[in-house]
Amino acid sequence: MVLVWRNVSLMRLAFSKEDLKMEKMIKLTIDNKQIEVPQGTTIYEAAKELGIEIPTLCYMHLGDMGIEHKPGGCRICVVEVEGRRNLAPSCNSKCEEGMVIHTHNMRVLNARKTVMELMLSDHPFDCLVCAKSGNCDLQTMAHQFGVRELHYKGEQSTYKVDYSPSIIRDMDKCIMCRRCETMCNDVQTVGALSAVNRGFESVVAPAFEMDLEKSTCTYCGQCVAVCPTGALTEKDHTNQLIRDLADPKKTVVVQTAPAVRAALGEEFGMEAGTLVTGKMVSALRRLGFNSVFDTDFAADLTIMEEGTELLERLQKHLDGDKDVKLPILTSCCPGWVNFFEHHFPDMKDIPSTARSPQQMFGPIAKTYLADKMGVKREDMIVVSIMPCLAKKYECQRDEFKVDGDPDVNYSISTRELANLIKQANMDLTTLPEEDFDNPLGESTGAGVIFGATGGVIEAAARTAYEVYTGKTLEKVDFDALRGMEGIRSATVDFDGLPINIGIAHGLGNARKLLEDIRDGKSQYHAIEIMACPGGCIGGGGQPLHHGDSSILKKRAAALYREDEGKAIRKSHENPYIIKLYEEFLGKPCSELSHKLLHTHYFDKSNEIEIE
Amino acid sequence: MAKIKLAKSKVDKLVEICKSFNNEGSELINVLHKAQETFGYLPAEVQEIIARELNVAVAHVYGVVTFYSFFSMVPKGEFPISICMGTACYVRGAEKVLEEFKRQLDVPVGETTEDGKFSISCLRCVGACGLAPVVTIGERVYGRVAAGDVADIIKEYQS
Repeated sequence: MVLVWRNVSLMRLAFSKEDLKMEKMIKLTIDNKQIEVPQGTTIYEAAKELGIEIPTLCYMHLGDMGIEHKPGGCRICVVEVEGRRNLAPSCNSKCEEGMVIHTHNMRVLNARKTVMELMLSDHPFDCLVCAKSGNCDLQTMAHQFGVRELHYKGEQSTYKVDYSPSIIRDMDKCIMCRRCETMCNDVQTVGALSAVNRGFESVVAPAFEMDLEKSTCTYCGQCVAVCPTGALTEKDHTNQLIRDLADPKKTVVVQTAPAVRAALGEEFGMEAGTLVTGKMVSALRRLGFNSVFDTDFAADLTIMEEGTELLERLQKHLDGDKDVKLPILTSCCPGWVNFFEHHFPDMKDIPSTARSPQQMFGPIAKTYLADKMGVKREDMIVVSIMPCLAKKYECQRDEFKVDGDPDVNYSISTRELANLIKQANMDLTTLPEEDFDNPLGESTGAGVIFGATGGVIEAAARTAYEVYTGKTLEKVDFDALRGMEGIRSATVDFDGLPINIGIAHGLGNARKLLEDIRDGKSQYHAIEIMACPGGCIGGGGQPLHHGDSSILKKRAAALYREDEGKAIRKSHENPYIIKLYEEFLGKPCSELSHKLLHTHYFDKSNEIEIE
Repeated sequence: MAKIKLAKSKVDKLVEICKSFNNEGSELINVLHKAQETFGYLPAEVQEIIARELNVAVAHVYGVVTFYSFFSMVPKGEFPISICMGTACYVRGAEKVLEEFKRQLDVPVGETTEDGKFSISCLRCVGACGLAPVVTIGERVYGRVAAGDVADIIKEYQS
């Protein structure tokens, strides 16, 4: 129960294979198969090594983050150890010499089924209309165990459903696996969720059981991404979208984030990392959008604004201006913006003032594009398809509205889009490949890689290098900025000027870099931060990866592949961006740019007023 | 987010308590003990300050406060009455004693009388099973309490 960020009891850092080689080896038998494992290995891991997948609802191993969540709470993973009176939870029972283990004899199967029935005795029976139906681990496992009737009747939880702008909490559906708690506290260090109360009354909730919206939640959605039931789901905007698409008075335009095209195919049985850009465009067109545009275009625009801001700040810093703060931090990620507004409000003047690509697209669509199309602002609906749940909240922020009308009306997640395509009776796999519409559909390779950790800063480096040095980059790939390590750093040579770049993905890693800056220990000129592990490709709105980090790597590789295949790979060379500045904005960081494309941040920390 | 109001003297006292435990997050339970001893209970404001001082999430502090029945978020009475409901006390009639306290003071378990004088709580075993059933009021321990003794005990505190 006692769980502190830096003193973690529920989860332990996983041993690396090298560490274990030094350890004593242990021989045991699992389901009549012999195996030798290093001391300290759990029965669950040993079985996995033999190809035996023991079912579980709470265990979670996020390999690349070094995090293993094994509270032994759900009791689904029990196995029989010969000579022991009780069944053992395999996820947190260590292997011992000579153990003889049965993972699927009748006693084990009966126990699992009983545990499942007990869980279901305090679970609502609304599977048919539950948002998680078809994607729910509890449902899948109840089916797998052959639960056909319930023998237990008892008290039922009755919690109020908590609706926030991004995430819906329906705690009647919670099975207390506490994965969300590990994501929120240990991976993200947000600390919005904790198990409270005890016994039957226990529930995962924000402090004082307040609504999520009033807590320190950043809406990163990583809790939703790991929830095995319908307890945590996204706020669904598909019905609103269907209504708007059916309204002949409305011009409905859509923008699609880079990470969506690398994951959407998974919902249709395609291999992880399959690029479905063209098929996605044709699906959106068939759904009835008036125009299908690309957030990647807005990403190129972000680079123009953010890159210019970086160079301005850098130049002033080099000229000895002590008022200029470095490092500059990226500001594309709304989960990350929420994080520093809540947890590091004293540093809110360090991030770039550039809006996220989603929020750059909105005002350009509702001014420049609306003008070109001859559509009035109030008749235009801008929808975004995002891998992200924090984007839903970002759409609703007051500073992104004009007279109450949001620049981006609402955002729907990759998962919601997949459902909508299925609802429309389309099979993504068989759709033809089509191109985005112009002028807001043309993008460069730099815009595409925004979806992966390191991608934003690489895109910025491509443009900033050429603008600063006046030279053409021979090689646009900055391999040193790529990868999956939680915190990375690299120095890029700007023609004799070394630029130190830091990258963090996952808010726990971001916290470390921020604490260094606060302590005056940071040597970076620029830092890229993305709230979700892996970047947007691992966003809270993406198809569920069930902790399999190889899926994230495949999605990232897909984006780099698309980048490589692009004719233009530097944002400042996008002809439609050049035209946008010529016809409308003037130049990067101009007065109009500042009005439409930049923002400011708020102190959202819990102020303690002293009387 | 809503602002929290707390008197400066209270904030200073809390900061001092946290400092006496080196502002270590792992000392949370000890800090909460000391804070409850000082203020009588642990309202949300107090938990917020402790979270800030120990650099832990306030959700976590609240989780710990709600887990242990010893901690309370409502003010206790001037004379907090605790009735032991451990096995030994229970079998020797603690439940009847509890019912009598509730009846005489007209207040349920976990709450405080309107005049703020008495609060009733139950606890599990004070380690004096030989004296069962046991009732404690503040620091004072009463042994072998029968329902008939309750009126006299209350009277002691009512002058």
